[in-house]
Amino acid sequence: MAEARGIEIRNLWKIFGANGAAMIDKVKAGMGKDELNQSFGHVLGLQDVSISIPPGKIQVVMGLSGSGKSTLIRHINRLIEPTAGEILFNGQDVTRMSQQELMNFRRNETAMVFQKFALLPHRTVMENTIYGLSIQGVPRKQAEERGAKWLSRVGLEGFEDRYPAELSGGMQQRVGLARALTNDAGIILMDEAFSALDPLIRMDMQSVLLELQGELHKTIVFITHDLDEALRLGDRIAILRDGKVIQQGTGEQIVLRPADDYISSFVHEVNRGKVITVRTIMRRGPAPSTTGVTLLPTALLEEAARAMTNADVNRANVVDDSGKLLGHISLAKTVAEMIAPDISEDDETDTPTEISAAAS
Amino acid sequence: MDLVNFPEMSRENLRAMRVAIDGAFRDFTRAYGETLEDIFLPVRILLDFLQRLLIDSPWILVLAGLAAGVWLLSRSWKITLGTVLSLLAIGYLGMWTDTMRTIAMVAVCTLIAIFLGLPIGILMSRSERANATITPVLDMMQTMPSFVYLIPVVMIFGLGNVPGVIAVVIYAIPPMIRLTNLGIRQVSRDVLEAADAFGASSWQKMREVQLPLALPTIMAGVNQTIMMSLAMVVVASMIGVRGLGQPVLQAINNQFFTLGVMNGLAIVAIAIVFDRASQAYGKRIQKHLEAQHG
Ligand SMILES: Nc1ncnc2c1ncn2[C@@H]1O[C@H](COP(=O)(O)OP(=O)(O)OP(=O)(O)O)[C@@H](O)[C@H]1O
Ligand SMILES: [Mg+2]
Repeated sequence: MAEARGIEIRNLWKIFGANGAAMIDKVKAGMGKDELNQSFGHVLGLQDVSISIPPGKIQVVMGLSGSGKSTLIRHINRLIEPTAGEILFNGQDVTRMSQQELMNFRRNETAMVFQKFALLPHRTVMENTIYGLSIQGVPRKQAEERGAKWLSRVGLEGFEDRYPAELSGGMQQRVGLARALTNDAGIILMDEAFSALDPLIRMDMQSVLLELQGELHKTIVFITHDLDEALRLGDRIAILRDGKVIQQGTGEQIVLRPADDYISSFVHEVNRGKVITVRTIMRRGPAPSTTGVTLLPTALLEEAARAMTNADVNRANVVDDSGKLLGHISLAKTVAEMIAPDISEDDETDTPTEISAAAS
Repeated sequence: MDLVNFPEMSRENLRAMRVAIDGAFRDFTRAYGETLEDIFLPVRILLDFLQRLLIDSPWILVLAGLAAGVWLLSRSWKITLGTVLSLLAIGYLGMWTDTMRTIAMVAVCTLIAIFLGLPIGILMSRSERANATITPVLDMMQTMPSFVYLIPVVMIFGLGNVPGVIAVVIYAIPPMIRLTNLGIRQVSRDVLEAADAFGASSWQKMREVQLPLALPTIMAGVNQTIMMSLAMVVVASMIGVRGLGQPVLQAINNQFFTLGVMNGLAIVAIAIVFDRASQAYGKRIQKHLEAQHG
């Protein structure tokens, strides 16, 4: 497999219309999306987007309909030409590649999964799975061996000779995923890949993706408009609004400190126990009395609460991988924080630790 | 001013214009007629070969061959049986040879129409300019009374099979071109985007995505082309194409009612055979596009 590399998006602009480049200054001077469209007939797609996508991680891009998510992800493999800006991959600027370089980049470094699956209806599941390899000219037999491996990994063994129309939506997207994985590319671009699926099947596919990512460590760009999905999958999340990045960071950072009212309005509904980690509410020093329950700083509040309740205690020590004591938490604080942002003082007097800028 | 009579060109000028154009065209015919005939020599050879093959081979073999062809296309016993029965009736009623001539003619015309129509249709689907230029030409080819373009064709090639083929192809090729163009344009953007994202070249996209997905529509074009070629067979008999059209023409001139009806029905019979076989084939190749959960 190609070694996972990060992607550096720098000052990317996209303005749809005959003369997008000339409109950049107007937007910089403060013109909004609606005015630009009404007065000049140009559509603001992206404005000055800079995201540093870490290698081997899942970068989620979130936003409401029309916020520019699809536009952004299509710039990474240049299905859309930018108005300005650069996209750096392995020291090369994707926006300046020649047609031939771009074709090779798409063939060897990237693979894409689509919201509407976009399978080839006239090809069988196997033929769809090896589509990328057939474009690269890999011999059929070898391609099928590789395809078969990924088909079984996504749970489609025995369906090789079916046609897409014979499969349910969830199964079709498994084919879409297998097609992307078979390409052996370091980057996987997923544009609302699970949005068309029923909630249960969607959770299922998220699990499949997380499990695979656990061993593959690809650089995945995942688009969604669903915060729960973003928080579950994203190592990092960027939030778009009107083509602009309004906040980026880990899910926990965004839930704990939403950058504006727009973000807090939908962060509000989120299941905090599944996002916030023990580290955030931990206090320094050992618990006043040992309880036998120890937790990692990366444990989620939900897990912490369950561990303490199961052991019927109300305190737990927090230790790192090597067993070194970092601090402790109380059940009361844990539950309070799960329900709502909790600024009340704990029943102890020692100072709370800094809300750490967790995981990068 | 006289507003009742249209201010038309004077008679002398009109005649002079016609004479000039006709003269120029006659000169063109004299100068290039032979070259043009040479260009179409392969068509003549192919048609002659096919006609002789169908007429001179033992009828039972030809019958078996045609039935096998229909079976391969349609995979339907009903259609194949219908074909055999129609051909037996045609043979028994003394129209075997003419029918074979017509089948050969239609086959050659359809082949040429596909051979020319497919690339033209592809070109139109890829270039807006080609689309804008060729569309009016197709409109003209379809609305111009066919008798009109028989005249220059006959002036160049004389009477016979080759001018017949040209006339039939002009008449029958538009649906092939139009439906190829339409079929390719109808391919969903999602699928094309996927092909792009995986790095397909435009040739790979055309060969592996656009053409296969357009195939059902293209097949509908082939089907229409066949039907229109058959319809044109009677008209083409006026310029010396032999086959089922000639007896019909003869019947019109001499008021032979039965002769006309019999040959007319024979044309209808092979039209139905061609139509059902090609449509069944079209359906068969797109079976996998139908959802069939479960
Ligand atoms: N080819 C185009 N020409 C003009 N405007 C476009 C084009 N493509 C997208 N846009 C506009 O750019 C904006 C961003 O669109 P985009 O498809 O990226 O949104 P999105 O976040 O993916 O939305 P959704 O959740 O509905 O998929 C929208 O206002 C859209 O209308
Ligand atoms: Mg979108």
